[in-house]
Amino acid sequence: MSRAESAADPAPVFAALGDATRLRLVTRLSDGEPRSITQLTGGLGLTRQGVTKHLRVLEEAGLVSSIRIGRESRFAFTPEPVARARSYLDTVSLQWDDALGRLQHFVEGEPDMEQARKPGRRTDMKQDTVTAAGAKRRARSPGAAVDRTARKRQRRG
Amino acid sequence: MQDRIEKTIELKAPVDRVWRALTDHEEFGQWFRARLDGPFRVGEVSRGHITHPGYEHFRWQATVQAMEPERLFSFTWCPYSDNPDADYSREPTTLVEFRLEPIAGGTRLSICESGFSSLPDDPRRIEALRMNTEGWDAQAKYIAAHVEG
Repeated sequence: MSRAESAADPAPVFAALGDATRLRLVTRLSDGEPRSITQLTGGLGLTRQGVTKHLRVLEEAGLVSSIRIGRESRFAFTPEPVARARSYLDTVSLQWDDALGRLQHFVEGEPDMEQARKPGRRTDMKQDTVTAAGAKRRARSPGAAVDRTARKRQRRG
Repeated sequence: MQDRIEKTIELKAPVDRVWRALTDHEEFGQWFRARLDGPFRVGEVSRGHITHPGYEHFRWQATVQAMEPERLFSFTWCPYSDNPDADYSREPTTLVEFRLEPIAGGTRLSICESGFSSLPDDPRRIEALRMNTEGWDAQAKYIAAHVEG
């Protein structure tokens, strides 16, 4: 049986899927139909033992569950850990969106979001862009950049 | 499944400005919402704490991997360092890479965070990262509205 507890953690899921053979096994099982090791071994160019080993890794990560029918084990795909791992990545992704949004406000000359809400922001930004591109070509000295920032602060002050 | 997150954003600011916002530890702290103890140096550990509301108990700890002026800034970090007494320096980390490229009118910034499969299998920490998903959601939408609006 799959280990529900371990499946709550996405790291083993990423690790388990970071292998071409295991990914192919999961793809084969993704239609929801349970299959025997014999059925899964065909066309993979691996021994039965090799496939069994990979299936165990997938089982550890909660990605497949095994059911014993008579003398034979059948393996079925369990989609929940993938959904959880994806949701985890989505969260991290949103955190980066958030941080990059703040970076954008920061370097485009908006000290905070209150400032960003003020009308006329777009126009200001366009002017800054032209100046910025020119300044970049003229000089790379840190002093030039500081001067520019200082000027902008005064303007906004 | 992909083991990384990649983002690209075009900033209306010159490369040197963006570089400074990324690599000056005080400027970095302002937008990232962290208070860092000292400057970034390649190969050295940067320490501090997160100042993001609700996340103040998280520590900031990263090891600077590369600083190629105006091109690449990268560090490895433990994004779940919520225990102030624990030593995270030997824990597995993810790698965060910022790549800068000048474009007409500003800078293209690409960020890539990779290595999620090596994170420790401690569900409590992962849970910590996942908490307040709704809060992050709202924040991201709020910012998107300003950026696109």
